[in-house]
Amino acid sequence: MEIPKIVGAGLVVIGAGIGIGRIGGSAMDAIARQPEATGKIQTAMLIAAALIEGIGFAALFAVN
Amino acid sequence: MVISRKPLHFILAAFVACLPLLSFATTSNDSVTTATPAMETTKHVASIKGEGHEVENANLTEEQKSDSERKSHIKHHLMDSHDFTFFTYGEENNKHFGFSLPVILYDNGLHFFSSSKFEHGEAVAESNGNYYKINHHNGLVYRTDAEGSFTEDDKGHVTNVKPLDFSITKNLFMIILVGLLMFFLFRGLGKSYKQNGSIATGAGRFFEPIVLYIRDDIAIPNIGEKHYKKYMSFLLTIFFFIWFLNMFGLTPLGVNITGNLAITASLAVITYLITTFTAKKDYWGHIFWMPGVPVPMKFILAPIELLGTIIKPFSLMIRLYANMVAGHIVLMSLIALMYTFNSPIGSPLSFFLAFVLSLLEILVALLQAYIFTMLAALYFGAAVEEHHHDEHHEVAHH
Repeated sequence: MEIPKIVGAGLVVIGAGIGIGRIGGSAMDAIARQPEATGKIQTAMLIAAALIEGIGFAALFAVN
Repeated sequence: MVISRKPLHFILAAFVACLPLLSFATTSNDSVTTATPAMETTKHVASIKGEGHEVENANLTEEQKSDSERKSHIKHHLMDSHDFTFFTYGEENNKHFGFSLPVILYDNGLHFFSSSKFEHGEAVAESNGNYYKINHHNGLVYRTDAEGSFTEDDKGHVTNVKPLDFSITKNLFMIILVGLLMFFLFRGLGKSYKQNGSIATGAGRFFEPIVLYIRDDIAIPNIGEKHYKKYMSFLLTIFFFIWFLNMFGLTPLGVNITGNLAITASLAVITYLITTFTAKKDYWGHIFWMPGVPVPMKFILAPIELLGTIIKPFSLMIRLYANMVAGHIVLMSLIALMYTFNSPIGSPLSFFLAFVLSLLEILVALLQAYIFTMLAALYFGAAVEEHHHDEHHEVAHH
């Protein structure tokens, strides 16, 4: 009973990590293309990253 | 003969970084310091759990014992407590440097006494004929008999009577302190505009740009020119409250306030209430009767959207709590590496890692305050948004 829970949480965290990584990478691309929009891109990036991060933490809490 | 100040700074920094290497000289002491707390754990566990566990604990090796001691130390750091202890010292770890806080209990009448009566959780406190003791596992006050024994059910939950606890605990003390700090700081900032020809003075010069940033880059873009003013007080309060508490959590005071689920939950509930009670017609329209989708879809979307209003503050709560707790646990685990390695490499490594992580935590402290404020502003913005959804949604969905 304990192992599937941990594996599931691990999968969720991997998914969240990939998601945040993609957001960061895409934001880098966008900033490279339009350096003048850096502020707006960073804000949007942080919000999206924070929302995904919440899911990752929720998974960790389910294990606890 | 001009010496640039940069190399000097570098040499000074290198010297400070090498300070932990001085522990070479006292490596033999390390085993002593690890062994002593381990003995204390045994004592603690024995006094709480009774005979059976003492035997169990005695079978553990020295290493396992100090391991569990470190774990319990980290756990205790994350918990609230009834007295403010800065550090613990002495042969048996029984001398505490700090001060007591008032304990206020409601248990068929009001009980009011100083937390020094608990003697840091070791003693049973007597008040108006009732006996109270702090449970070591969850840090809560329970009513016990004169010996201070706890009864537990099968799952290890304490079954003693738990009085309503309104004590000024460590966390509450720090919250009041930060509240006062914020009050005087920003009152001073507000006053300085009157006296000094609309120019901030003193510490206000540092905080003025931050206040302006929250107004111009968080509130106005997310809420809109028309409605942002009535939310500004809340956004500013919550930003500085979370930021200051996060920063206090990084000081050696050893407080962990934003890493407390009850406090982040209160912040999230306030956000939820403000969102709900200031929401305009369009907000409820979008929840219960989503415009621009087929009618059967509206019935499916309504419960999902309604659930979404609760999930939003819930995620606010979890995000702040988990980020701060994770930061504290990792930081304290890195410091505990020193004892785990128990070798000359241990202390410099642990010092270096903890130092780098502390710098990261300073960033996280600010970032979490920013994220919380930002998302709160986003939710407020959604609540007061006015749509002209007839044309807007037709375009979007066809």
